[in-house]
Amino acid sequence: MSERSWKEIPIGGIIEEAGNADSYETGSWRTYRPIWDAEKCIHCLACWIACPDSSILLEDGKMVGIDYAHCKGCGICAFECPDKISALEMVLETDAAAAK
Amino acid sequence: MARRLTLTGNDAAAEAMRQIDPDVVTCFPITPQTELMHKFADFVADGEVKAEMVLVESEHSAMSAAVGAASAGARVMTATSANGLALMWEIVYIAASNRLPIVMPVVNRALSGPINIHCDHSDTMGCRDTGWIQLYSENAQEVYDNVLQAIRIAENPDVLLPVMVTFDGFIISHTVEVLDALEDKEASDWVGEYKAMYTLLDTEKPATFGPLDLQDYYFEHKRQQIEGMSNATEVIKSVGKAYEKLSGRAYGMTERYMTDDADYVVVALGSTCGTAKVVVDEMRAEGKRVGLLKIRSFRPFPHAEIVAGLASAKAIGVLDRSVSFGAPGGPVHKEILAALSGTGHQTSIVNYLYGLGGRDISLDHIRSVFEELETVAGKTIAPNEVRFIGLRG
Ligand code: SF4
Ligand code: SF4
Repeated sequence: MSERSWKEIPIGGIIEEAGNADSYETGSWRTYRPIWDAEKCIHCLACWIACPDSSILLEDGKMVGIDYAHCKGCGICAFECPDKISALEMVLETDAAAAK
Repeated sequence: MARRLTLTGNDAAAEAMRQIDPDVVTCFPITPQTELMHKFADFVADGEVKAEMVLVESEHSAMSAAVGAASAGARVMTATSANGLALMWEIVYIAASNRLPIVMPVVNRALSGPINIHCDHSDTMGCRDTGWIQLYSENAQEVYDNVLQAIRIAENPDVLLPVMVTFDGFIISHTVEVLDALEDKEASDWVGEYKAMYTLLDTEKPATFGPLDLQDYYFEHKRQQIEGMSNATEVIKSVGKAYEKLSGRAYGMTERYMTDDADYVVVALGSTCGTAKVVVDEMRAEGKRVGLLKIRSFRPFPHAEIVAGLASAKAIGVLDRSVSFGAPGGPVHKEILAALSGTGHQTSIVNYLYGLGGRDISLDHIRSVFEELETVAGKTIAPNEVRFIGLRG
């Protein structure tokens, strides 16, 4: 992030660039990381509907992965994934990073 | 051409609002402000203004609606008193932080409890650090003039901060006085058209308002607010000069009433200044070198003008109409001590607490302050040695 001086930024916290939430990487907030099992997934898209951060990635109407740059790790996707399927598992971020 | 009117302070504020005809006025009643908005509602009902009047369910909503409308680019006004101001509190800060030039008459009233509807300055003094500019008015004329000037001050691009125009509950708000008002055309030319720098409704230039602002930029935004408030000093003075040209009535950060050669000076704000001027006149006729330093702008605080206005004083009496519990003296007193500290000016400063909950302050009271100042000159007064005017002993 560019760190600008108080003389260079718009006043009052105004953000002039529309849609720049995209460049705000909220993924760093995550404590638990959703791990997706492509083998188990039936592409019902329950996770995609429920994700509050638009972090479930789709291609041609199918789930293809998770946008870890923005996923905050709330776990709603894993909760919504049908019990019989359980294609999403929440793993402690430190464990997930260590396993990498 | 001036129009000579007889109005209460509340009606004088409403008259200025009629001439300004803001885009949006948000409103919730509270004594002693209620009649101000009653009057403005009459203007709306009679079709004399085009303003959109938004009646809300609380002061919290009145300020929230004001913030919303101002973010949309509207010129917005509201008004309140005491407990109503307290209920707005959270959004009062947001209005200033979001740099929205809302103008709000505040009719000073004691902030309970025990419950009291009469004048003191506990309401507006309590929010002296919210980031709002605060102009205190001595009488209905100043209420009218300050409201008109506040629009130009708030909307100045170097300032962009909200302004409270305060005046003493009942003493000014409900007392009929004679005042001179501008012609409608003069007043509307004076305020001009407001063009907001950003608006919610501008789809060509979309922007985000009031976003999350964390460790990386919040501090910078506060620094900008400090700058806006600091710029306000020059803007208040230049708007005052321009208004003098238009109306013949001079306005600055302070008013120095016979202070130039004064040995004994009383510092005050609000309606008490009128009372003090009468005493100064009487005592000057007796050959006493006394004067009044009236603070018009409490935020920004007029340090330079205070130092200049008190230059000749051997003893100073600072009148506070609100308590800063646990602090050495009242809010005005502390500012005066701070303004004089480091200037090398040796003087005796006495803090007087008076008028809480509308307790009357008389000519005799102020005369006795001057008489006491004559006896303390040259003595060291501890900052926590507060004296009480009109309190039963
Ligand atoms: S954990 Fe939360 S934020 Fe991340 S993908 Fe799942 S639902 Fe979206
Ligand atoms: S909810 Fe589960 S099964 Fe359905 S698309 Fe998401 S991961 Fe796949």
